[in-house]
Amino acid sequence: MTATEYKAGSNLEKVLSSGKFAVTGECGPPKGADVTVIEEKAKILKGYVDAVNITDNQTAVVRVCSMASGYTAQQNGVEAIMQMTCRDRNRLAMQADILGASTLGLKNILCLTGDHLSFGNHPQARGVHDLDAINLIKMYRDMRDEGKFQCGEEMTVAPPLFIGCAENPFADPFELRALRLKKKIEAGADFIQTQCIFNVPKFKQWMEEVRALGLHKEIKILAGITPLKGVGGARYMQKFVPGIDVPQDIVDRMAVPEKGAPQQAEGKKIAVEMIKEFTEIEGVAGVHIMAIEWEIAVPEIVEAAGLMPRPAVA
Amino acid sequence: MITAERKPLDEILELVGDKKKVLVAGCDTCVAICLTGGEKEAEILASELRIKAEQEGREVEVEHTAAIRQCEWEYLDMIADKVEQADVVLSMACGIGIQSLAEKFAPRLVMPAVNTNMLGMPQEHAVWLERCVACGECRIGLTGGICPVVRCSKSLMNGPCGGSHDGLCEVTGPEKEEIECAWALIWERLKAQGREELMFTDRPPKDWSKSSSGGPRKMVREEAKPV
Repeated sequence: MTATEYKAGSNLEKVLSSGKFAVTGECGPPKGADVTVIEEKAKILKGYVDAVNITDNQTAVVRVCSMASGYTAQQNGVEAIMQMTCRDRNRLAMQADILGASTLGLKNILCLTGDHLSFGNHPQARGVHDLDAINLIKMYRDMRDEGKFQCGEEMTVAPPLFIGCAENPFADPFELRALRLKKKIEAGADFIQTQCIFNVPKFKQWMEEVRALGLHKEIKILAGITPLKGVGGARYMQKFVPGIDVPQDIVDRMAVPEKGAPQQAEGKKIAVEMIKEFTEIEGVAGVHIMAIEWEIAVPEIVEAAGLMPRPAVA
Repeated sequence: MITAERKPLDEILELVGDKKKVLVAGCDTCVAICLTGGEKEAEILASELRIKAEQEGREVEVEHTAAIRQCEWEYLDMIADKVEQADVVLSMACGIGIQSLAEKFAPRLVMPAVNTNMLGMPQEHAVWLERCVACGECRIGLTGGICPVVRCSKSLMNGPCGGSHDGLCEVTGPEKEEIECAWALIWERLKAQGREELMFTDRPPKDWSKSSSGGPRKMVREEAKPV
């Protein structure tokens, strides 16, 4: 593929287009006007991931915005995937922000609905939800491909974007999940990162449905991984986090007698095994490693999974 | 129907302030049916205010009344005498009734004694569920008669988010009650109707200019206007 054929020409797009197994990471910006947090996280991940997600007020908690943090990550050598939620912005703000992000050199965008306000630190806020994630994907696709705003007006310069979405193979109704991905592809999504996977058989079942619909040929699928840091976290996610499916055998494996390093080692081992398993699944184009506040574990996991060095694509 | 909940007594007392002649004005339509602001409830609030005044040694005259519908001029005429004698009127009608009363008798002081909260459906005795936000662009013909704008916590138009589990929404209601996932309900309804394909049609962004985002709305039925 020549450079002109890329939609955005981001590193992530190039790696995925080359057919190499992609690796993305995730960074949460800090709760304060502090540039060093993203700088530090970027330094840890540099060279180990092809791009890094920068979360957008994740769990509805106010943080440094994803555009500024994405810019900081890129200044520090890691390409950003700017997350954008429909919860905090209307269509004007979402278009203005993507144009602004584009002028700062951000090319990858992940379109999300956003965690509900009731989970966050401003539950009294007014949720926007002017568009939903599928409307958002289509709006950005039309901006990129047609050079048009959502209202139909033409813009002067269209933003080059590589458009991503999320999907949760473990949410209900399960029978809708692959079909919902199809809807996102039709809206214009180029890549998809899944919710973190612990239930591998169920993920495989979802992938079977995805392949049956031929969707893996139309979109790059990155399987979500969250390395577990301890058995407490595993139990918490199993019980309390909606949409995350942690099977008992994973919890049992994490229950090694000593907390701290031994449990962390088991968590990393599980992550590495899963990644290796995912590389074997037809249609899985990469992994998305969400080491929440544990970025330091990522280089070791990527190395152990045999995914180093990361490809250098021109 | 429009539903409302009475404000806490302390807040009502603050709104009344040091006024000596208080009229509690109920409305015998929606707020009466939801047991919040009909004549009976107006009478109860009037009694509470009298008792409170007596306990605190204040001299206050409290009367009560109710309009058949506080949102219509002609029914307000029927309570005009009482309203005109009051220093402050505590309206127990919905936001429409309160404002009609305030406009009709302006600049008389009219205070809300209730919080209007939703367009609700009576699910069972004394339980109401929100069913409409009057968005001005009804699309439930495409969603099996179930409104995702109001029943999905994120007003999604294109199917369930990743937080839908066992037919429930990831959001828990203010009273800690479970909320049904609107899109799980829509999917089941569409399947029962044999219209599954509607789940996968692209639903473009809503036109919110038809809702309150477009500014205060006005409806005129020219054909029904008197000649």
